[in-house]
Amino acid sequence: MTPLLVVRNLRAGYGATAVLHGIDLAVAEAGITALLGANGAGKTTTLRAISGTVHRRGEIRLTGERIDGCRTEDVARRGVAHVPDGRGTFRELTVDENLRLGAYTRPAADAAEDRARVFGWFPVLRSRLRQQAGTLSGGEQQMLAIARALLLRPRLLLLDEPSFGLAPIVVGEIFAIMRDIRRVAGVGILLVEQNAALALDLADQACLLETGRIVVAGPADVLRADTTVRRSYLGY
Amino acid sequence: MLGFWHQILAGVATGGIYASLALALVMIHQATHHINFAQGEMATFSAYLAYALMVSGVPYWGAFGITVVLSFALGALIERVLLRPLAHAPDLTLIGVFIGLLLILNALCGWIWDFTIKPFPSPFGSRPLLGGLVSSAELGTIAVTFVMLLLIWAFFRFTKLGLAMRAVAHNPESSRLVGIRVGAMLALGWGLAAAVGAVAGMMIAPVVFLDPNMMSGILLYAFAGALLGGLDNPFGAVLGGFLVGVIENVGGAYLVGTELKLSLALAVIAFVLMLKPSGLLGRAVASRV
Ligand SMILES: Nc1ncnc2c1ncn2[C@@H]1O[C@H](COP(=O)(O)OP(=O)(O)O)[C@@H](O)[C@H]1O
Ligand SMILES: [Mg+2]
Repeated sequence: MTPLLVVRNLRAGYGATAVLHGIDLAVAEAGITALLGANGAGKTTTLRAISGTVHRRGEIRLTGERIDGCRTEDVARRGVAHVPDGRGTFRELTVDENLRLGAYTRPAADAAEDRARVFGWFPVLRSRLRQQAGTLSGGEQQMLAIARALLLRPRLLLLDEPSFGLAPIVVGEIFAIMRDIRRVAGVGILLVEQNAALALDLADQACLLETGRIVVAGPADVLRADTTVRRSYLGY
Repeated sequence: MLGFWHQILAGVATGGIYASLALALVMIHQATHHINFAQGEMATFSAYLAYALMVSGVPYWGAFGITVVLSFALGALIERVLLRPLAHAPDLTLIGVFIGLLLILNALCGWIWDFTIKPFPSPFGSRPLLGGLVSSAELGTIAVTFVMLLLIWAFFRFTKLGLAMRAVAHNPESSRLVGIRVGAMLALGWGLAAAVGAVAGMMIAPVVFLDPNMMSGILLYAFAGALLGGLDNPFGAVLGGFLVGVIENVGGAYLVGTELKLSLALAVIAFVLMLKPSGLLGRAVASRV
């Protein structure tokens, strides 16, 4: 079976500064791949390169089709939903408007169905529909960001540090929901996460990024047992 | 007392023109983060188009409709041809482009239609109504600008396209991530701004007469209105435009005389901005992290 996402020799950077020096990674259909690494390793840049918000070279295939030549809006239209660094919420707009924008490319009938499903995962959003998104709590904003991404009915979800700045109990809630999303919606996830223990627990595959290069990759349980990973990221 | 109310209504009529142009300025400002200095000249050019159509025999409302559509297309074209290639250009370049556009359109009007001042018809006549409370020209102008502003508001508030345009104004990067074609939305925004300006131009032309520089003073008032209400808030800009119109008229009639009415309007605005620099309805988003 062709994997959902295959990335080969991906290079990207900002202006003249190269950040990614040829990255390979993959996400299986309905699989979760964790992308780990220290601050500044290039995790965020990897996601940006896939969704085309930075200039990139190399090969990116979604179910076999090249998408590395596509503009950001076309990558999204092919079913890649990116919850960026900082969540990418439309802060000045209401929760309802954010959700409608998430479903911008979908036919109205699908959107209504997806919306009902998303409220099943994030019931708090239903009671906040008229509220300005910028006034939500951090956890609610993260939920809104994921909900907005799911309304695109994506095949692949790119998540950039969904636990960032959130209380542990909220993080636990969000990770439980992600497990459910993968199972129910059959969405593949490329998960960037600082909390390696949590990420390795959820993911089936993982890669470790160091200054723009993948240094270790493999099944999540293998990485969990890897000495380098354990010492640097799991702390035991 | 009747005279006072008449001054108010006359102020609302010109205020509607300022409000429309202020709205156009805000729409472009949201897309480019700059003041489109050429907004007035774009409206003037549109008024000349309407004039040319009427001279060649098209009835008023036909010319009005065609002008709005043509202006929309020209506005979108300006975005495509002039602004799109400069998306990442430095601020000064963009300001240069706006000033260049102003000069080109101004010269073009003079070159095609010469620089002599021309009368421009009003479809509303100038009969006094309600015992002299308001003239038919004023009432007609008020009606046209209100209907237009209402339509624009409904478009942004209730349609999917309007929502997408608002999203692009707030956050173009996230808009791309949900699949919105940001370039198309920007062109649409320029088109709408040009169309709104065209209506303002056709409404004011019977009052100030048609000439290539007819909008320069008007644009100043519109800009003042946009600043007063808040450059980042369309409602604020519209409100500001109406306020400037009323202050100008009432102040000119009762306080300082017509020579100083511009100074009075500007003084009021300076005072408001000292107290509230982002304008009356300027952005203040409550936020938590
Ligand atoms: N917008 C940007 N402009 C220039 N350099 C950037 C930008 N964003 C990130 N970088 C640089 O790229 C490198 C990788 O950053 P990033 O991908 O954000 O890492 P991570 O997400 O793993 O913390 C860092 O050295 C960072 O300074
Ligand atoms: Mg990052």
